[in-house]
Amino acid sequence: MSQPFLKIEGLTKRYPGAGGKSDFTVFENLFFGIEKGEFACIIGHSGCGKTTILNVLAGLEAATEGVAVMDGREISGPSLERGVVFQSHALLPWLSALGNVAFGVRSRWPRWSAKQVEAHSTRYLEMVHLGAALHKKPAELSGGMKQRVGIARAFAIEPKMLLLDEPFGALDALTRGSIQDELLAIVQATHQTVFMITHDVDEAILLADKVLLMSNGPYARIAEIVEITIPRERTRATIHHDPQYYRIRNHLVDFLVNRSKTYANEERGRGDPLHPPIVRPGLEGSAQVVALAKAAAPVASPPLPSPAVRNRSN
Amino acid sequence: MKTERVWLAPVLSALFFAVFVGIWHLATVKPVGEVVVDPEYAALIGAAAATGGQSAMPGPGDVASTIWQHLRDPFYDRGTNDKGIGTQLVYSIGRVLTGFALAALVAIPLGFVIGMSPLVYKALDPFIQILKPISPLAWMPLALYTIKDSNISAVFVIFICSLWPMLVNTAFGVASVRKDWLNVARTLEVPRLRTAFRVILPAAAPTLMTGMRISIGIAWLVIVAAEMLVGGTGIGYFVWNEWNNLSITNIITAILFIGLVGMVLDSLLAQLTRAVTYKE
Ligand SMILES: Nc1ncnc2c1ncn2[C@@H]1O[C@H](COP(=O)(O)OP(=O)(O)OP(=O)(O)O)[C@@H](O)[C@H]1O
Ligand SMILES: [Mg+2]
Repeated sequence: MSQPFLKIEGLTKRYPGAGGKSDFTVFENLFFGIEKGEFACIIGHSGCGKTTILNVLAGLEAATEGVAVMDGREISGPSLERGVVFQSHALLPWLSALGNVAFGVRSRWPRWSAKQVEAHSTRYLEMVHLGAALHKKPAELSGGMKQRVGIARAFAIEPKMLLLDEPFGALDALTRGSIQDELLAIVQATHQTVFMITHDVDEAILLADKVLLMSNGPYARIAEIVEITIPRERTRATIHHDPQYYRIRNHLVDFLVNRSKTYANEERGRGDPLHPPIVRPGLEGSAQVVALAKAAAPVASPPLPSPAVRNRSN
Repeated sequence: MKTERVWLAPVLSALFFAVFVGIWHLATVKPVGEVVVDPEYAALIGAAAATGGQSAMPGPGDVASTIWQHLRDPFYDRGTNDKGIGTQLVYSIGRVLTGFALAALVAIPLGFVIGMSPLVYKALDPFIQILKPISPLAWMPLALYTIKDSNISAVFVIFICSLWPMLVNTAFGVASVRKDWLNVARTLEVPRLRTAFRVILPAAAPTLMTGMRISIGIAWLVIVAAEMLVGGTGIGYFVWNEWNNLSITNIITAILFIGLVGMVLDSLLAQLTRAVTYKE
């Protein structure tokens, strides 16, 4: 039985309640997997715990219960195997664009000469079209350029997985579009495994292989896993013409607008948290819920082991 | 419009200075018109005698000529009580820089530890809060008693007074480094020491330098008083000595030089601060 590249099992995060109040459970008992080379987006309302999940995956925060296993090893702290693009770019303002990227590269390959580090960093900055701004400080860059430096920094360490926390949230629509294109091209070329948080439904459809829908917190859950069945050769200009596009879009928007609120109340306790339903809207004309056991498509996650077997698989 | 402004401030400064010198001159000018004695007699015995023989407040001209004399030969040394003003300033600057450097050596590493560890911060905070408001001169008798060397005691007093602003500012700067930047270093698996030098130090540098600037300012204030107490050498002793000589001209000259040196020290550190300041 093959294991997904990244496997989340029973992940729970509780913050201790202040002053004797009961604990605040952000999310509880999350199960999902991401395959190697897969691009997964997570969508959910503000405050449902997306950043918390990402921080656990990054190793910056510890989960209260459950484990996250990447490539057969449990995530127990930050690692160069996972590149993070932060919501607020988090560039070091006293370093140039090149310096910021080189900072990570030097840490990844400590034996490299200064020349090698510079050449490697420059290559990745050129990849995000910042070849002309290598020596500019973050304060001299626009918001979109800063975010691209952050992306170059994360890509340059050649991690096994990329974690992106709403990387384009603060950008205007035009800039966002062009950086999405850049990201799309890079990811398609490198087959990078990506976990990305977004608020933008169109962005998720354009970039993702699958979208995790998160219900509102507290006690947030993965309500559904939506597979984006549009062929991978997508471009921002043509994706709207795909017959499935609007069906997928409507399904996602419907979840965000209507179902995410009620889900938390109505369906808690119902359903199997180990196997969130996999949905392929757009195929065969209507949203179709496929029970995981029957899912035969190659992109579907293989069945997750029950918690009882978990210890052996580690 | 812009160029006009550039000229305006220095011109205005010069004007203020001229007005100040003018008032000073009028206030100290020998009251020729009010002399009670016959002007011819006054001319015969000299103006000083005519005003009752008091040592009058020197006018700007007297001070200017004294400054000129000092500038022509600032570093002479004719025994304990007769050294050039330059020599005395060098003594004072030497003490300030020594005490300041020693304080930096202690305050910056300690401030780092305090800033990084909330536990150490809480443990040391009561001591810092009690020690910080003590006038550095209050340590002087204790220093003289234990160290038994007036020169080292003066340096010690400078050390003590420079310590607190640097310590508190370093700790504050280190403690308030953006969490994001530390997370970047963590996700890139940057070793702790490298994080300290490559992330925390540059991030805290502007706050740290502000502490240094405050420290050197206080140190320069305190050195004059300290040297008046310990005697021997230094600009503070020079002022005290000239007071004993009743040479108001020399005192005013010394005051002017103290101000100038203080300004130079401050602007040096201001430049350093500017060099490490980053824009977000
Ligand atoms: N240190 C903390 N102590 C207590 N509660 C916290 C803490 N950090 C986060 N939370 C809570 O956890 C929940 C999830 O926060 P998180 O930042 O993961 O949300 P998010 O889904 O990323 O939201 P957004 O889309 O606005 O970024 C929020 O309700 C927040 O109040
Ligand atoms: Mg968030």
